[in-house]
Amino acid sequence: MWHDLGLALLRIVIVFAVALFFVAYLTYLERKIIGHMQVRMGPMRVGPHGLLQPIADGLKLFFKEDIVPTEAYRLTFYFAPILCLVCALVLFAIIPVDKNFMITRLNIGLLYVLSIASVGVMGIILAGWSSGSKYSLLGGLRSAAQMFSYEIFLGFSLIGPLMIAGSLDLVKIVEAQKVPLIVYQPVAFVIYLIAALGEINRVPFDLPEAESELVAGFHTEYSGMKFAYFFLAEYANMLIVSAIATIVFLAGWKGPVLPGWLWFLIKMSIFVFFFIWVRATFPRYRYDQFMGIGWKIMLPLVLANIVVTGIVMMLV
Amino acid sequence: MAENEKKVVQKKEQQQEEKPKVDFNKFPEVRKIKEKFPEAIEEMDYFREELTLRIKKDYIVKVCELLRDDPELSYNYLEDICGVHYPKREKPLEVVYHIYSVSRRTRIRLKVSLAENEEVESVCSVWPSANWFEREAYDMVGIRFANHPDLRRILLPEDWEGHPLRKDYPLEGPPGYREKWLREHLPYYNKL
Amino acid sequence: MAVKEEQQFKELMAKGTSLGKVDEDIMRETIRTQDYWINMGPQHPSTHGVLRLILSLQGERIVDTEVVIGYLHRGTEKLAEARTYHQIIPLTDRLDYLASPAMNFGYVLAVEKLMEIEVPERAEYIRVMMAELARISSHLLWLATHALDIGAMTVFLYCFREREMVLDLFEMATGGRLITSYYRIGGVAHDLPDGFLDKVKEFCEIFPKRVQDYDDLLYANRIWLSRTVNVAKISAEKGLALGLSGPSIRGSGVNWDLRRANPYSVYDKLDFEVAVFDGCDVYARYLVRRKEMLESCKIVKQCAEYLEKTSGPVMAKVPKVLKPPVGEVYMATEAPKGELAYYIVSDGSQRPYRLKIRTPSFANLIALPEMVKGHLVADVIAAIGSIDIVLGEVDR
Repeated sequence: MWHDLGLALLRIVIVFAVALFFVAYLTYLERKIIGHMQVRMGPMRVGPHGLLQPIADGLKLFFKEDIVPTEAYRLTFYFAPILCLVCALVLFAIIPVDKNFMITRLNIGLLYVLSIASVGVMGIILAGWSSGSKYSLLGGLRSAAQMFSYEIFLGFSLIGPLMIAGSLDLVKIVEAQKVPLIVYQPVAFVIYLIAALGEINRVPFDLPEAESELVAGFHTEYSGMKFAYFFLAEYANMLIVSAIATIVFLAGWKGPVLPGWLWFLIKMSIFVFFFIWVRATFPRYRYDQFMGIGWKIMLPLVLANIVVTGIVMMLV
Repeated sequence: MAENEKKVVQKKEQQQEEKPKVDFNKFPEVRKIKEKFPEAIEEMDYFREELTLRIKKDYIVKVCELLRDDPELSYNYLEDICGVHYPKREKPLEVVYHIYSVSRRTRIRLKVSLAENEEVESVCSVWPSANWFEREAYDMVGIRFANHPDLRRILLPEDWEGHPLRKDYPLEGPPGYREKWLREHLPYYNKL
Repeated sequence: MAVKEEQQFKELMAKGTSLGKVDEDIMRETIRTQDYWINMGPQHPSTHGVLRLILSLQGERIVDTEVVIGYLHRGTEKLAEARTYHQIIPLTDRLDYLASPAMNFGYVLAVEKLMEIEVPERAEYIRVMMAELARISSHLLWLATHALDIGAMTVFLYCFREREMVLDLFEMATGGRLITSYYRIGGVAHDLPDGFLDKVKEFCEIFPKRVQDYDDLLYANRIWLSRTVNVAKISAEKGLALGLSGPSIRGSGVNWDLRRANPYSVYDKLDFEVAVFDGCDVYARYLVRRKEMLESCKIVKQCAEYLEKTSGPVMAKVPKVLKPPVGEVYMATEAPKGELAYYIVSDGSQRPYRLKIRTPSFANLIALPEMVKGHLVADVIAAIGSIDIVLGEVDR
């Protein structure tokens, strides 16, 4: 028993250390990639090619003055960023990087991901509401509407693949794929990607924090470490949705020659790169248009996808 | 080079001779206004190919409406309203309107003279854009416009005293006013 | 509080809202639950300086807008009364600091008109070239920030890349990048440096290709279209009545460009098209400015070709002490933002008796509340971007 516990702890430490490392360097990667796309260098000053930039940023944020607005509702104001970050991080617990490497294996893995993601939304809403600022409140309200509705599409888009894989267990989903599911479920894949962009507040759907309209949306009033939590949570979420996409649509760790975990990381980075690329390319949708796309286009499409999948499965 | 200078000098002399020779009836604007409001025009001037009409205070809105609505004139664009202060004149305030016809590509300048406590009718009803220009004229020169929808200061703070573009307003403001204003408005100024 | 609410309610009922006629009970409910004021600016990332808007919202829909300006008021007109005609030139730079040659241009033309100074042709071409380069740089900055406001970040940096080229040209010719003060009454400060025209030509070669880059990102981008088409519409008639000028009104289908309508300087000798689009919306204004950049590029090229072939003085013989005749002039020019005019009242002394600067941004801003009525908060940003204001010019 102690042996098991020790092993579990070791795994937790490894996964979280790696996850946090990736999250931190994801910010660097994003700045670098976008920088080069925009004919500039990105961070260059801290360390060779700015490699130590995330550490410098972390230190700076850590030592920054912690400002709480007088109008803020203190308890939730402190609690919201923690909620966001915790919800993002606990999701790493069930991501199977390799056939045998994960913190824990849940037989309702996918359900767990979706439900924890909804709790994470609460953090943003609370942050917007408790800041006592109008911009934050608008950002919070927007994200409430946006994320709740996009969760629906996110969930629905995963149902098609689930029907084929026949399980909610992430490991079983991967094992069920002889051919990556993207081949059978292209529509679900595209919708998943769009919904994921909405769910993690990335351009073109970064309305809750729409910099130019709402100053910084729900985290306008946050500074220092509390701001860093939101920041980390956002990037952790990006990793999570990429990981889920890898598992569900691209057959996770499966692949020839290279070891499984490497395949997993490669596939995941493709998605991460895609999200960053999108940010460099597109303008931002307006709030109402964005909701319109969700309810008027994506919902019918994703429902149709489920129906078609069902019929095909019946026939085959 | 020297010729050029001479030219300038010559031209200057010419202008002073030239001035009174203009036949104002060749301008349709003048004809139309005279036709409809015979006593509206107080004074006419033509300088540097710009027509200036001084209009009686009470006629300004009517004249503006005529200029805008007459198909032959169609002055549909208000370019500017400007207040000028002439402290030595009997009527020290002057409102200058620049109006442009986008279709005819011509411009006309109207002027209204006002005594210190007189008001002039606002032309907001003719061109809505007059709103801000009139507010600016009020703010800067202190010209009051009757029937203006919202006559407040526009560039200066609402509790500012005086109208800076008047000639009796010193360039750096009345002595001590800046300090007084800062003390009233910036609580931490007293601590400096 | 209750009294105030009741009063507001009555006002609203009398006015009607952008949402059309509503039942009184619903209106009462609406008033009580959704009375929401947002103070946008003066420290807001996308009000382009220190513009302050007080938005009255129902949900995210705008019921009423109040524009508060004056945060950058420097009293240019009062200062001008205390300076000689030459000394005013640097003041004009600081109006629209993004296109200072164009600001100088209007002023020196006004004084020249007042004094009837003949400017050497070479100087005129240099001036026009500089003013058009300024137009390109101003429009580039506009496109950059406008796109950034709508979320397209890459366009911002692409535009700055080319703007940098223009600013380098300014630096080479005048020594200043932003505040050039290159124009003088009667010509320009000095002739162009060697090699300048080659660089200008090089820029004219590159620039249209770079515009293609922006087009790739925006021109037919669905998101860009959905953010700009049918947003902040204003008809030609209403736009003129509300004082819109320049590219903003040309986006409503009014073919009125002072460079063509009342040609000044050497614009009548140059070949260019006036960009007019009749969409009346933010997208049409984008198209106008986009085309204007290309047309300006053409003008710059023509000027460069002329200047290469000719040489001569770049300054008329102007007395050191300027004493214009008694009189007044109004000189309107087409600045990048719209109609820029200087109204000079001269009393025959060395200093203007009154200098009124009619700036395009000020007049364009009048139409903003009308444009954004009934739109969403996000559209306000698009609308502000589309009329292209610079607060230095609005507040003077």
